[in-house]
Amino acid sequence: MPVEIPKETWTGRVLEVTLGATPSEGGTRGRTVTVGGESTLPFLHYEGTIPHRPVVAVEVLDRRPDDWSLLLQEAWGDALDDPAAWAARGVALGASLVALRLEGCHPDKDGRSPQEAARTVQNVLKAVDVPLIVLGPGQPEADNEVLVAVAEAAAGERLVLGLCEDKNYRTIVAAALAHKHLVIASSPIDVNLAKQLNILISDMGLPLERILIDPTTGALGYGLEYTYSVMERLRIAALTGDRLTQLPFICTAGFESWRQKESKVGQGVPEAWGNFRERAIAWEVATATALLMAGADILVLRHPETIQRVVRVIDRLMGQKEA
Amino acid sequence: MALSGLEIYKLLPKTNCKECGFPTCLAFAMKLAQKQAELSACPYVSEQAKEALAAAAAPPIRLVTIGEGEHKVEVGNETVLFRHEKTFYHPPGIFLRLKDTDDVAARAGPALAYSVERVGMTLDLNGVAVENASGSPETFAACVQKVRSLSSKPLILMSNDVKALRTALAVEGGKRPLLYAATPENWEAMAALAKETGLPLAIRDGDLDGLAALTEKLKAAGVEDLVLDPGRRDLLETLHVLTHLRRLALRKNFRPLGYPVITFPGEGASDPLDEMVVAAEHVAKYAGLIVLDHFSPSLLYPLLTLRLNLYTDPQKPIQVSPGLYEIGSPGDKSPLLVTTNFSLTYFTVAGEVEGSGVPSWLLIADSEGMSVLTAWAAGKFDAEKIAKTVKEYDAASRLAHRKLVIPGYVSSLLGELEDELPGWEILVGPREAVDLPNYLKNVWRP
Repeated sequence: MPVEIPKETWTGRVLEVTLGATPSEGGTRGRTVTVGGESTLPFLHYEGTIPHRPVVAVEVLDRRPDDWSLLLQEAWGDALDDPAAWAARGVALGASLVALRLEGCHPDKDGRSPQEAARTVQNVLKAVDVPLIVLGPGQPEADNEVLVAVAEAAAGERLVLGLCEDKNYRTIVAAALAHKHLVIASSPIDVNLAKQLNILISDMGLPLERILIDPTTGALGYGLEYTYSVMERLRIAALTGDRLTQLPFICTAGFESWRQKESKVGQGVPEAWGNFRERAIAWEVATATALLMAGADILVLRHPETIQRVVRVIDRLMGQKEA
Repeated sequence: MALSGLEIYKLLPKTNCKECGFPTCLAFAMKLAQKQAELSACPYVSEQAKEALAAAAAPPIRLVTIGEGEHKVEVGNETVLFRHEKTFYHPPGIFLRLKDTDDVAARAGPALAYSVERVGMTLDLNGVAVENASGSPETFAACVQKVRSLSSKPLILMSNDVKALRTALAVEGGKRPLLYAATPENWEAMAALAKETGLPLAIRDGDLDGLAALTEKLKAAGVEDLVLDPGRRDLLETLHVLTHLRRLALRKNFRPLGYPVITFPGEGASDPLDEMVVAAEHVAKYAGLIVLDHFSPSLLYPLLTLRLNLYTDPQKPIQVSPGLYEIGSPGDKSPLLVTTNFSLTYFTVAGEVEGSGVPSWLLIADSEGMSVLTAWAAGKFDAEKIAKTVKEYDAASRLAHRKLVIPGYVSSLLGELEDELPGWEILVGPREAVDLPNYLKNVWRP
């Protein structure tokens, strides 16, 4: 009995977004990274094209994190004091991008100046040749000051600046426009809010090809299903031609899963949770795997072993056989 | 696939006799399409119409039951490709494979005894698959008997040898195991066994044409409770074939492949953690039964959690039980915060409070699973409800102070709450949970 394989005919596709710029393009990167461009659902190569693989970014802080899981502290060791070395090690492990979070600029942390932040960014740019995502400290005023200084100091690099939210996006978008960068548009797990923010940002003159969607990530066991479904809904809308949803996804899987008790606490937890190290890494890997199934284009991850494993999972889902 | 009202109308007598209680046959047909009427209400309907309607009403993916009693596993009968379209109904059964040459007590004992609590639910392994690796019917049966002495959970009996299966069934205890598997080579003998015993039967063929041909043969032989093994083990190939199967059943109403699917993630994995990754893909994309080769609590716990997440009905948010929750180890000088019982609200707030390092009391009011703003708008999170919750869980008895922090979004409740809770100071916290750490560290004072 001949079975005819059903195929969907999609009319839309995700926009291709290129991060980083080489010297001939006005930057200093050894390579650029393009994400997006899919014309089908995740990894269904038989019914559309997936020109660019999803990629992993290593999350790097500008200061030694004071509340990170001991497992992450052990894994990265002294690199935690040196963002440039940390980033280089992440890239050596297989990360295609570096996501630098300027936590030290938060007024509650070290309150570092925008100039210091810009220097840190320069140092990381020197240490690696991959494109850079730069995240502000997460406090609107500090974000604006810091990201403006960073955008100017790294003009032309096609950095990704984040996060733009509905209440705070103008300054960051203006800085991206002035200095040829990209932005992350972050909205709280909602299709319409995501579209609305993309309208606001593109109305300022930033082309959609320079915007990534952060749908707001929930970790495994902590709201993952909401992120999963909002991503599936956005991606299906993109493939059926809704322009404002046709942007690649960036998901902070590492940040979210390492915040949870399962990944932070090794003692005084139920025995059924099993071995601490294996569980914590599995938590991040499982979160990342589910997000890949829902359409993640960039996964920001924390643990060295997760980075290596998730890169290998992507290899296989892109049809590359194990070496 | 369900028939439309007009399609049903064509099958009715079209006499408008009104004996069904509806004014016309068309009106009756519309009600039948909406499942608001029963066909039996029409005294004149033909046998042919009955058959056509019954066939159309059958689910596109057959519901198959493995096991009996409290541990039984029901898989199949899914109606959507994406959970947001409605919901996924029957979580995949997760089994551990055991070879009949293994030490049963050492391998299956801890796995069968395993359970973990999450949001008030108990999650565990669904059962054990016993593989006739020895090739000996007696060794196989002895192994099944040992597993049965440990647990009454469902079993999957894996052997190509009908004799071995018969020997094992004699000691299995009659708890409706799944027989694995019929193949193009042995299907006749397997069909005979499944028909005779009434047990569900898995079938394996690496080719969808072959698989469909086999299900038709088995159906003709009277075996309908089938489970499909499309034979792929590679991460990408499995994603593709499971997507084909789900789409064939739901989009094409292709009956020959409208059955739940069984997967073996360990056969496509490089190590136990990788097996969890492959299994995670199968949980997300369309497996009905997942047979693992490794048991490790640290890997099973995230896998069970993922299954719980993705099989949660998106239209009925998981609710957290109302009550007074301890975050960290709060004392009588710790802050008291109140919010709603929507699970995502709870997890977000609890996560931020935990992350702040400031031990706190978190009071959860019963907002019927709505988030703060929605609940406020619907009148499920008003001053009266908050005051009632404070009293019901006797928050005062845990505190040396009388201060209650309310979400910034409901700051308008301040005055009313002060009236409802005399002697209490009502503080307006941040609107968003993400601002709680700063609030707790820098603004809140005992």
